[in-house]
Amino acid sequence: MNDWLLVASMALVTFLIRYSLLAFSGRIQLSPKLVQALGYVPPVVLTAIVVPAVVFPDGETLWLGWQNARLVGAIASVILALWRKNLLLTIAGGMAAFWGWQWLVS
Amino acid sequence: MRSPRQEALAGARDIVPLIVGAIPFGIIFGTLAEGSGLSFGATVGMSAFVFAGSSQFIALGLLAAGSTLPLIVLTTVVVNLRHMLYAASLLPYVQGASQRWKAVIGFFLTDEAFAIAIRRYLQPDPSPHKHWYYLGAAVAMYGNWVLCTWLGLTVGQLIPNAAAWGLDFAMVATFIGMIVPYATTQPVVGAIIVAGIVAVLANGLPHKLGLMVAAIAGVVAGFTLETQLAPRPKAKG
Repeated sequence: MNDWLLVASMALVTFLIRYSLLAFSGRIQLSPKLVQALGYVPPVVLTAIVVPAVVFPDGETLWLGWQNARLVGAIASVILALWRKNLLLTIAGGMAAFWGWQWLVS
Repeated sequence: MRSPRQEALAGARDIVPLIVGAIPFGIIFGTLAEGSGLSFGATVGMSAFVFAGSSQFIALGLLAAGSTLPLIVLTTVVVNLRHMLYAASLLPYVQGASQRWKAVIGFFLTDEAFAIAIRRYLQPDPSPHKHWYYLGAAVAMYGNWVLCTWLGLTVGQLIPNAAAWGLDFAMVATFIGMIVPYATTQPVVGAIIVAGIVAVLANGLPHKLGLMVAAIAGVVAGFTLETQLAPRPKAKG
């Protein structure tokens, strides 16, 4: 297989997926209900990415034990986010909790 | 009102934690690529022209297993389909933009670019320069991705076990920090809970389909809850 042909094909389909709706956005009629429903996409997609990353650290095995540093870090992040509503603090604090717990448990 | 340049710099600055989270993956991709059969140039090319981490890794796996080109491309479509959901979500904000802007926005549309940019688009100020915020964020992410790929190709063997650093947790922490401010009404909270549960249940589905299924389930749940209840803001604690 020609690896550049592969790259070009993957690039083409990926671009089409991303661009098609945008290209026709002038002609697409967005009903208020659709816009309303699409408003849920950001928090929902972020959750769909984050939750498996935390509870399936190796991608396959569910790990809800207290030794799962990602779980502890995630809980810390949630608490920080609710408490201070400062994104930078949430990230820094969450990372600190994750690394600290990982070190503690190792 | 911020100038385009200020917007672009703000975007690049705001996406830094997600860049940090992506560094190990970029390096690992570069490290793995040649072992899977991709030439040096095609590896950099894949990061530069596809710019879609999960599909890139899956392509490597399929290549190493001897899959045909059509199968890899089809798998790429399935894995990256969620980006169409992001595009749909951006429609209200890009409808007035030029085709050139739409092509640029489309090219860089990854999970991270969407996550960062949608927050800016949702802000109520009427600035016409929000696309520059997106561009700044996306180009920063892109530059890092291509650079890390190159690093992985050249010095990746020397970097011990990049995955074990846990830098990728920066993405988790950042996304959590971004999810919480959305959770102000019962329908949104319900949508988040449903998405989380379905994402866990659907985790075994191949090619990141679990993500799409969870996202759709969450959107349906939120929309349904909103139409069933009168929206009430959660009591502020």
